[in-house]
Amino acid sequence: MMFGITANSWLQLGLYMCALTALAVPLGAFMARVLSGERHFLSSVLDPVERLMFALCGVKPEAETNWKGYALGVISFWLAGFLLLFVLLMTQQWGPLNPQGIANLTPDLAFNTAVSFVTNTNWQSYAGETTMSYFSQMVGLTVQNFVSAAVGIAVMAALIRGLSRHSTDKVGNFWADMIRANLYILLPLSLIVTVALASQGVIQTFDANVTAKTLEGADQVIALGPVASQEAIKMLGTNGGGVFNTNSAHPFENPTPISNFIEMLSILIIPAALCFTFGKMVGDRKQGVAIFAAMTLVFVPFTVAAIGFEQWGNPHLVAAGADTAANMEGKETRFGITNSAIWAAATTAASNGSVNAMHDSFTPLGGMIPMLLMKFGEVIYGGAGSGLYGMLVFVILTVFIAGLMVGRTPEYLGKKIGAYEIKMASIAVLLPCAFVLIATALAVMTPLGQAGIYNPGAQGFSEVLYAVTSATNNNGSAFAGLGANTPFYNTLLGVCMLFGRFFVLLPVLAIAGSLAAKKTVPVSAGTLATHTPLFIGILIGVIVLVGVLTYAPALALGPVVEHILMIKG
Amino acid sequence: MSTSTQTHKTDIMSAALQAFRRLDPRYQIRNPVMFLVWVGSLVTTLVLAIVLAQPDNVIGGGQPVWFVGLICFWLWFTVLFANFAEALAEGRGKAQADSLKKARRDVSAKKLDKSKKQTVVAANTLRKGDAVIIEAGDVVPADGQVIEGIASVDESAITGESAPVIRESGGDRDAVTGGTRVLSDWLIVRVTADPGESFLDKMIGLVESAKRQKTPNEIALSILLAALTLIFLMACATLLPFSLFSVERAGSGVVVSITVLIALLVCLIPTTIGGLLSAIGISGMQRLIKANVIATSGRAVEAAGDVNVLLLDKTGTITFGNRQAVEFIPSNQVSVQQLAEAAELSSLADETPEGRSIVALARGQFGLPERTAADVTAEFIPFSAEQRVSGIVINERHIFKGAGDAITKLVARKGGAMPVEVTAAVEEIAKKGGTPLIVAEGPKVLGVIYLKDIVKPDIKARLAELRKMGIKSIMITGDNPLTAAAIASEAGVDDFMAEATPEAKLKYIRKMQEGGEMVAMVGDGTNDAPALAQSDVAVAMNSGTQAAKEAGNMVDLDSDPTKLIEIVEIGKQLLMTRGALTTFSIANDLAKYFAIIPAAFATTYPALGLLNVMGLSSPQSAILSAVIFNAVIIVALIPLALKGVRYRAESASNMLTRHAFIYGVGGIITPFIGIKLIDLGLTVVGLV
Repeated sequence: MMFGITANSWLQLGLYMCALTALAVPLGAFMARVLSGERHFLSSVLDPVERLMFALCGVKPEAETNWKGYALGVISFWLAGFLLLFVLLMTQQWGPLNPQGIANLTPDLAFNTAVSFVTNTNWQSYAGETTMSYFSQMVGLTVQNFVSAAVGIAVMAALIRGLSRHSTDKVGNFWADMIRANLYILLPLSLIVTVALASQGVIQTFDANVTAKTLEGADQVIALGPVASQEAIKMLGTNGGGVFNTNSAHPFENPTPISNFIEMLSILIIPAALCFTFGKMVGDRKQGVAIFAAMTLVFVPFTVAAIGFEQWGNPHLVAAGADTAANMEGKETRFGITNSAIWAAATTAASNGSVNAMHDSFTPLGGMIPMLLMKFGEVIYGGAGSGLYGMLVFVILTVFIAGLMVGRTPEYLGKKIGAYEIKMASIAVLLPCAFVLIATALAVMTPLGQAGIYNPGAQGFSEVLYAVTSATNNNGSAFAGLGANTPFYNTLLGVCMLFGRFFVLLPVLAIAGSLAAKKTVPVSAGTLATHTPLFIGILIGVIVLVGVLTYAPALALGPVVEHILMIKG
Repeated sequence: MSTSTQTHKTDIMSAALQAFRRLDPRYQIRNPVMFLVWVGSLVTTLVLAIVLAQPDNVIGGGQPVWFVGLICFWLWFTVLFANFAEALAEGRGKAQADSLKKARRDVSAKKLDKSKKQTVVAANTLRKGDAVIIEAGDVVPADGQVIEGIASVDESAITGESAPVIRESGGDRDAVTGGTRVLSDWLIVRVTADPGESFLDKMIGLVESAKRQKTPNEIALSILLAALTLIFLMACATLLPFSLFSVERAGSGVVVSITVLIALLVCLIPTTIGGLLSAIGISGMQRLIKANVIATSGRAVEAAGDVNVLLLDKTGTITFGNRQAVEFIPSNQVSVQQLAEAAELSSLADETPEGRSIVALARGQFGLPERTAADVTAEFIPFSAEQRVSGIVINERHIFKGAGDAITKLVARKGGAMPVEVTAAVEEIAKKGGTPLIVAEGPKVLGVIYLKDIVKPDIKARLAELRKMGIKSIMITGDNPLTAAAIASEAGVDDFMAEATPEAKLKYIRKMQEGGEMVAMVGDGTNDAPALAQSDVAVAMNSGTQAAKEAGNMVDLDSDPTKLIEIVEIGKQLLMTRGALTTFSIANDLAKYFAIIPAAFATTYPALGLLNVMGLSSPQSAILSAVIFNAVIIVALIPLALKGVRYRAESASNMLTRHAFIYGVGGIITPFIGIKLIDLGLTVVGLV
């Protein structure tokens, strides 16, 4: 045992972090070339495709827009995607590739699901295998798995341009960014991961469900589907919406420890690599490394804590005659505590939301870790693109406070942070917090909301809190145990997801526009260095403090009190 | 000593009185953080009234009357303490500005109409453009520009400097300031400021909180504080439904009371910085007045902290203003005597210290007769910034003196050329850091005057400090590049700009600004005005011209060019103090949660008592201690807010390390200790 977790757990976590870093650095450099429109090794192969797509869509990549034009692109693209998906889900019964003859969705569920996938949340109010036709899964959900992630990456690229350009109002061409992110980043990576997963036995089929006779002679229906292809982008695009209801705990989605490792890597690889993309695009790699370091320095201790709480488990179990206090409830034996806890931390740190174990069955504090990671606003790696731009919002706030302390108007990468940036950054931090708190209050105060809360006391409260936190921060993972597929929760959480996405994304674009117009102040000894360990420390402090201070009372009434009650028995 | 203690006491008394007056909600609403505390206090007062009438009323949430009463009392004091801090800062700044302003009250002015007829009017009826005559013994009624006459003026009321100064039309000393007194002769002055718009009036506006305009960083910080306040407002407001739900599901305990929620809210919102923010701003301005600098906008003071390029005039800042002529070096065909005579003639009308020193040297060495410009019938050609030469036309003799390149051009135009030995002498002098001044008659170059420049002894250390803070110093001089380089290296400036014309200065500043630099400069002459207007921070000398003063955004009453460095420090200190107290204020919240959360839910979930890490004696005492700490810390930090965080010349990273440790880590630890001590105190007096 070292620092509360076993040496084996350290080894596995260490291996995971090393693999992640080793892959993120080259991928980050590659993505920087893609987003800057430079040539790279895929250019020779895919250039004709790119030109064809630009021609088909009438996109001129050199025709850049200001931030408002960019935002208009995002919103219109989002709206079209939402309407298409909504209609598709409402009419899937009559559509193709529906061997099970699955019915149309109810309007509230279709709304919730459509919003969920276009906002890159992938909150699943439905059970995949019994609610979605193969066509809905592939053409509806998987398409959004790609493009919603690409939108995040595009917006982040716009923000980076705002930081690295000066005296201009142009932040890029949304359509070009979006197409390139799909064509060069998401599609090739998905292809690699799909093949790798299929090699581990993840299924990929259009066949109808299989019925098997069990030992007792009963009929068991085994659901199938085109899983491997969706699995890859589900992880890579920080989406998280599985083909099956039990998500990556299901053996057809995640059969072996190796598939588990690949999937865990896929969760964080793009958000982590984007840090290095950022460093390269702003022309100061140290800045990217600093952001990556800040994220990692939050992620590792939290993961260790989650593993620790689960391994420590519930001491009363031993007293009750169990072999160990360790908490294996809700976990797959082929993954064990360590890989379930790393997954839980990774999936909530990134706004992924897939699960390979049931978070509701974690110990109270073990379950609080994923919740906290989401409450930090999904900036510890975070969603594809959205994690980094969310993180940069926190960097702006940190630079502001720290910058004042050195007696200068705060500046980041040579850009002076003024009232406008602070206003937008405040909106981006404030509104998601507000939605979480108000939605939780609505759920616990109204009969409709209370109707879905099955568990008693603090646990019931934690479940609601987790659900709205997950939705608002576009994570999508759930504490099971909450009956969320009701018109009330579908609507409430749908609204949370929608506002949680756009009230961060739009202020971020506004910041990008405002920063792009500014001059770049040259660096001097009086400039606050934003790549030093000290700054990283303050940044972490600000993220943790904002998260903890905002939610401390709520957390105290949920997981904290539960934990204390558990140890007291 | 006793008088200062006395004023100190009256300051405090009047500030205390002001604190109560400012409870007016119309006043409070300007500061959202404190306004919320004000509303919270009001609501608690209502709760108290209800509980006093009906102790069992549900509004009271089962809290005892004494508890509600004490919370209410301390919440009001939180507001009062913040008001007090602001009033105290304002009082000090105003007292200083008032004493400056006093001089010009009840002054009458002799206004001149177009036919130069005098009418006596009150000074405050004067408008921009009016002409007044001021004779010996009169007080200058308003800021203005001398259009006729020369007089000695006592400016001690403003500058504190008792030696009288000369003010005259035309030259670099044509500005007069209202409130000063003409000692001899007379001046006709054109008024340049309407009543209420003079420099002093603007300065007074900066230290009056009601009129004060917030500076850009202050606005940004206010937005951040308002956002934090909103977050905490929501966290506390939603706690009521959460608590209702928890009580219902746990089946035990009491719903958290309104009093406790308000107490929690007030403890969490950034009241420390919110309450002291305006005091910090006002006292920053006050420190500026104390340094005898008048700013026309707070924005300029804040910008001073951001400056990364300082344009320093060589003369007066880096070297002692007066260059002295020490040697005449003639060209081959000319005798020293001839050169000295010509130099003396050309400098007769030159009232600059250099000009006078040339005349003095010539007379001292060669016994030339005493005479003034009025004694000779000649045409004097004054120095123009464009030509950069001055001279005399006497009996068909055209004698000019000026810098090397200017004279070269001049003689070239007349068909002459620069002799080799003169060029050599010029370079020799320049290498030694001196200023060569070439004298020419017609197309013929007579020789060189060696003007010696003396670098101030302390300037090198000052400039090194600036460099540590990341500020580049650029020396501006009309000298040729060689001279400039010698002095630049002696003084240790980062760069220099030689043979600087006003146009070149302006261009240089623009170029710097395009590269994102913030430029500060000092100027006094009319030809500095365009460059001053372009600079981000522009300090005009009080001894300078009216045009320079109007182009600048600060006036240094001491006319000390090194003051710029002090202004930069004041600007930085202002920002640092805000940043430090913000960090402290937010860091404080952690301890307050540990005090209040277990206490607030003690009845619902007694298990949360485990979070009572400070071991506070009872739920009521815990909440009360947190509220008291929150109020008292404002008072405790007033001295820091007024004095500002101590400034040291060091790099940003050192500064950040120290401040993050003191105000961040210190801000986390202090309230744990403070709240525990207050709790102990409350227990000892038996209040809880």
